[in-house]
Amino acid sequence: MSAAVSAAVSAAGAVGAAAQVVLVAAGAPVLVGLMRQVRARLEGRAGAGFLQPWRDLRKLVRKEAITPDGTGPIFRTAPLVLAGTALVIAAVIPVATTASPLDGAADLFAVAALLALGTVALALAGLDTGTAFGGMGASREMTVMALVEPTILVSIFALSVPVGSTNLGAIVTSTLHEPQRVASPASVLAAVALAVVAIAETGRIPVDNPSTHLELTMIHEAMVLEYAGPDLALVEWASAMRLTILLGLVANLFAPWGIAGASPAMLPVALIAFAAKVAVLGGALAAGEVFMAKLRMFRVPELLAGSFVLALLAVAASYFLVAP
Amino acid sequence: MKDLLRKIRGTGRVAEPAPARPEGASAGRAREFGGSVQVRHVDAGSCNGCEVEIASAFGPVYDAERYGARLVASPRHADALLVTGPVTRNMRMALRRTYEAVPEPKVVVAVGDCACDCGVFAEAYGVVGAVGDVVPVDVEVPGCPPPPDAITAALRGLTGR
Repeated sequence: MSAAVSAAVSAAGAVGAAAQVVLVAAGAPVLVGLMRQVRARLEGRAGAGFLQPWRDLRKLVRKEAITPDGTGPIFRTAPLVLAGTALVIAAVIPVATTASPLDGAADLFAVAALLALGTVALALAGLDTGTAFGGMGASREMTVMALVEPTILVSIFALSVPVGSTNLGAIVTSTLHEPQRVASPASVLAAVALAVVAIAETGRIPVDNPSTHLELTMIHEAMVLEYAGPDLALVEWASAMRLTILLGLVANLFAPWGIAGASPAMLPVALIAFAAKVAVLGGALAAGEVFMAKLRMFRVPELLAGSFVLALLAVAASYFLVAP
Repeated sequence: MKDLLRKIRGTGRVAEPAPARPEGASAGRAREFGGSVQVRHVDAGSCNGCEVEIASAFGPVYDAERYGARLVASPRHADALLVTGPVTRNMRMALRRTYEAVPEPKVVVAVGDCACDCGVFAEAYGVVGAVGDVVPVDVEVPGCPPPPDAITAALRGLTGR
């Protein structure tokens, strides 16, 4: 009897995990298109429509693949590693269901390490091209990453302290049971810290400008200057998925309502709720970008160090400011 | 921030209503690109008059981006090269290499009289020739400088939107 129940639960979880991978993979370019559309409307433009990134990807896949002279296997495998890690993270983290059969891998440290693996693969590819801008972009990306990764770890760790587990699914489930925890000082501090590093990690204003044409101001774009055709499509698709994943993490860690547990009936609701949460966060991010200029490169570490301090304070608060 | 918000609300939409789709001579190209053309601009020796018009074409009023054209930072990302000016001796090799860096299928758009037939710089000592003498040109946009709607119309012929 209990074996049958657990089998049904894991089947529902497997369906949920598959559904959330499909949602992230198909929805990520739409999110990027939506954010561009929000920006365009605020700038008085008409905008290309929120399906434009999918048109770009469809065209890029049909184009000729170019491997620049002198590049090795690192350059060729980096897009695959980047997209692969993004898909794995999309499968394990609590996007739509907390009962994913891969739940054991949804550990805070594993997810942060997978994110870092993708970043490092792309930075190595930037170095592999041997161009001045590739190396410059890689060095900048590493500077940002060295400050972003510890902040992601520490801020989510602050949330894991009251739960007693670093499993992301367990953190989300426990927040569902005790919603008052969202308003605790530790949670608010961690939310701010995580929001800042999510912006930095995905290369948005004020840390990086995704639509810049000036090589000297680029971070992420400088590393991918040499990619063409299907490889570029993979890199852009993976970058969009990482943006979706990070916004989704922020949404589900601090507002997990709507997420499905083990019941398959809740799954469509959970998928719609996730899409709505990420669309709202993405729209707010795009609208905020209109009011901001990019920070000078030298000021970025100050911003990120500030968010790291917030994350540290969140950990301290989660130990000392415990509700009686 | 408050001022900017008021300005955004007061200005509203400045993009002009889209004119009718031009009958493109490059319908075959448009099918290849499927409504998305990434554009790399190359200044081969222009006086910067055409650059001002290209900036306007991608500005909010003409908004070439709504038809699926987008300026990119690298020829590797591009489908179309937007070349302006007569090709000078120092830019001949650079233009050639930029053209070779673009993945197939690719098109070259010569923008302005100088790019089409050297214009007022014809037979000047530093000029190699028109863009067509260095790389194969697919679309020509005449004018000195060409108005932004002519540039936008040429790009719409490529995106097919």
